[in-house]
Amino acid sequence: MSEALAQGPITGPRDETLRPPASVVTERRVVRWLLIAVALTFLGLFLVLPLLTVFAQALAKGWGAYFAAFAEPDAQAAIRLTLIVAAIAVPFNLVFGVAASWAIAKFEFRGKNLLVTLIDLPFSVSPVVSGLIYVLVFGSRGLFGPFLVEHDIQIIFAVPGIVLATIFVTFPFVARQLIPLMQEQGTAEEEAALTLGASGWHAFRTVTLPNIRWGLLYSVLLCNARAMGEFGAVSVVSGHIRGLTNTLPLHVEILYNEYNFVAAFAVASLLAGLALVTLAVKSVLEWRYADDIAAGARRH
Amino acid sequence: MFDGQPIKLGAAPHRRAALLGLAMAACLVSAGSARAQTEILNVSYDPTRELYREINAAFSEEWKAKTGETVTVRASHGGSGAQARTVIDGIPADVVTLGIPSDIDAIARLSKKIPADWRTKLPNEGLPYTSTVVFLVRKGNPKGVKDWDDLAKPDVKVITPNPKTSAGGRWNFLAAWGYAYEKDGRDKEKANAFVGSLYKNVPVLDTGARGSTVTFAQRGLGDVLPTWENEAFLVLEEFGKDKFDIVVPPTSIYAEPPVALVDANVDKRGTRKQAEAYLQFLYSDKAQAIFAKHHYRPIKREAAKPEDLAQLPEIKLFKIEDLQGSWDDIQKANFDNGGLFDQLSRAGR
Repeated sequence: MSEALAQGPITGPRDETLRPPASVVTERRVVRWLLIAVALTFLGLFLVLPLLTVFAQALAKGWGAYFAAFAEPDAQAAIRLTLIVAAIAVPFNLVFGVAASWAIAKFEFRGKNLLVTLIDLPFSVSPVVSGLIYVLVFGSRGLFGPFLVEHDIQIIFAVPGIVLATIFVTFPFVARQLIPLMQEQGTAEEEAALTLGASGWHAFRTVTLPNIRWGLLYSVLLCNARAMGEFGAVSVVSGHIRGLTNTLPLHVEILYNEYNFVAAFAVASLLAGLALVTLAVKSVLEWRYADDIAAGARRH
Repeated sequence: MFDGQPIKLGAAPHRRAALLGLAMAACLVSAGSARAQTEILNVSYDPTRELYREINAAFSEEWKAKTGETVTVRASHGGSGAQARTVIDGIPADVVTLGIPSDIDAIARLSKKIPADWRTKLPNEGLPYTSTVVFLVRKGNPKGVKDWDDLAKPDVKVITPNPKTSAGGRWNFLAAWGYAYEKDGRDKEKANAFVGSLYKNVPVLDTGARGSTVTFAQRGLGDVLPTWENEAFLVLEEFGKDKFDIVVPPTSIYAEPPVALVDANVDKRGTRKQAEAYLQFLYSDKAQAIFAKHHYRPIKREAAKPEDLAQLPEIKLFKIEDLQGSWDDIQKANFDNGGLFDQLSRAGR
C-alpha cells in the first residue's frame, strides 16, 4: 500500500506534462520524498506501531493465553452482544439511510435542508452527549421514566439502550455516502423506467438499487465498523454489567483495569482485526468501483 | 412530506421500512425483558472487582446447596458516585455495595428506591467490613513519604481520584482533612488550607480508584498514591513487590464502605429473598474470611485466617463523623457543588 502511495504522485505528472527544467525536477523530487517520508513516519509512529503493540501485547504470553481470553464466558457474552447490536443497528441504518437519501436526492420537499442537517447531527455531537440524551429520555428520572418503570420496560442499562445509542452514532454513515451519489445520478433513469411502465418499487429495485450497490456496501462496511467499535455513547448507557451489557470495547477497558493486560489486548486485537478487514475490503471497493462509490465521475 | 415531487414512485419501500422498524422494536422489547434464570445484580464500586468475583461464586455455591436454586450474581463496577448515579437512573440493581455512605444516601434521597433509614437494616450500620487509606510509593520511597504532611510538600506529585465521582477520592480527601484538623489544634481553616496545598500536587484526577491505580502503577505518573488499603496490596500482588512499597501513615481514616438492599428493585423483580440472603451472606464466617484474604478489614476478626489479619497494619483510625457530624453535612460541606473541594479547586487554579 505504501508503494502505491509513493508511486502515484511521482509517476503521475511525468506521463502527461512536458518535462520541466532539470533543477526544478530535483528540487521537487526532494521535497516530494521529504513529504512522503514525513507522512509515512507519522503513520508508522501513530498508527502502525500502536497496532503492532496491540498484537504483541496480546501474544505476550503465547497463543494459549491469547485464546484463553476468548474462552471466558464474559468475553463470549461481550462478543455476542456486540454482534447482536451490530445486527440490529446496521440494517436499521441501512433502511433509514437508503430511504432518507432517496427522498433527499430524488424529491423536492419543504424541510429538505433541515433533514440533511439533522442527519449530520450525530457526527457533530460528542458520543458522551449521545449517550446522556438517552439517559435523560429513558432513565427512571427521565422524560419517559415513570411510564417505563410502570410498564417494567428496561431501555437504558440493557440491550435496547445500547442499540439505540449505537444507532444514533452510526446514523449518518449510509445516508451521508448515498446522498451525493444519488444526487449525482439524477432522476433520468428512474423517469425512463416509469415511462416504460415500471411500478415505483420495481424502478427502485431494478434501477436505483443497482446504481448505488457498491456505494451502499461501502457505507454499510463503515457503519458496521463504527457500530462494533463505539465506546463513548455505549459506555454511558451500558451500566457495565458483566456478561450482560458489556460490548467488546467496554470489555477491553474492564480487562485492562483489572490488570489483565494479555486478555485486554487479545480482545482488542479482535477489534483491530475487524478494522483491518474493513480497511482491506474498503480499499478493494475504492480501487475497483471508485466511480460507483463516490459522486463526481459521471457514469456511462 | 413528499409534496411537489417531479416523479411519483410507489410507497412500497416506506411501508417496508416501517414494517422492519416495527419488527426491530419488537426485538428490542423482548431482548430487554427476557430473563432465563434467577439473577441478582450487585452494583459496586471500583476496587472490589476481584473481591466480589470470589464472594459471588461462594454465595451461588452456598445458595445452591441450601435451596437447590441456581442464582447468578452479576456485578457492575465503577466509581462509587457514578455507580450511585446509574442506580438513580434506573439500572436494575438488587443490592448496592458502594464505597461511602453518602452515595447510598444519594440513591435514597433522589430515587426513593432505598429507604432513608437503610443503615439500620443490617448489622454494624450496613458495614460487613471496613477499610482505611494507606500510601503506595515507588520502590525505596525516593521522596521519603511517611505521613500526610509529606503529601503537601511542593516537590511531591500525588495521584488520587476525583472526590466528586469516587468514594476512594472522598476518603483520601477526608483523611487528609481529618489528619490536619487533629494535628493543628482542631482548626478548620488550617485543615482546609492543608487539603488545598495537597490537591495542588495532584496532576490528574481519575473518576475511580482503579483508574488512579492504573495511572500510578501502569502509566508511571506521580510519587505517591493514597488509596484503599486493599487496592495497595493488590498492586503489590499484580505488579510485584520489587516495584512499589506500601507506607502506612501513623493515623488514617476509618473508611466505611456500606451495603444496602435496593427495596424498590427487588420487589419489582421478585428477587427479595435471594438479595437479602446475599447481603446476610456478607456477614457469614465464609465471606468474612474472603474479605480478610482480599485485604479488607472484616468485622468478625475471629472468622478470618490469622495470616490474613497479620497483614493488616495497626493504624490509629479516626471516624470522620466525630469531626464533621452527619454524612449529610459531610457531603454538603465538602463535595456538593460549591463545597470545600470546589472552593479549593477554584482557588488553586
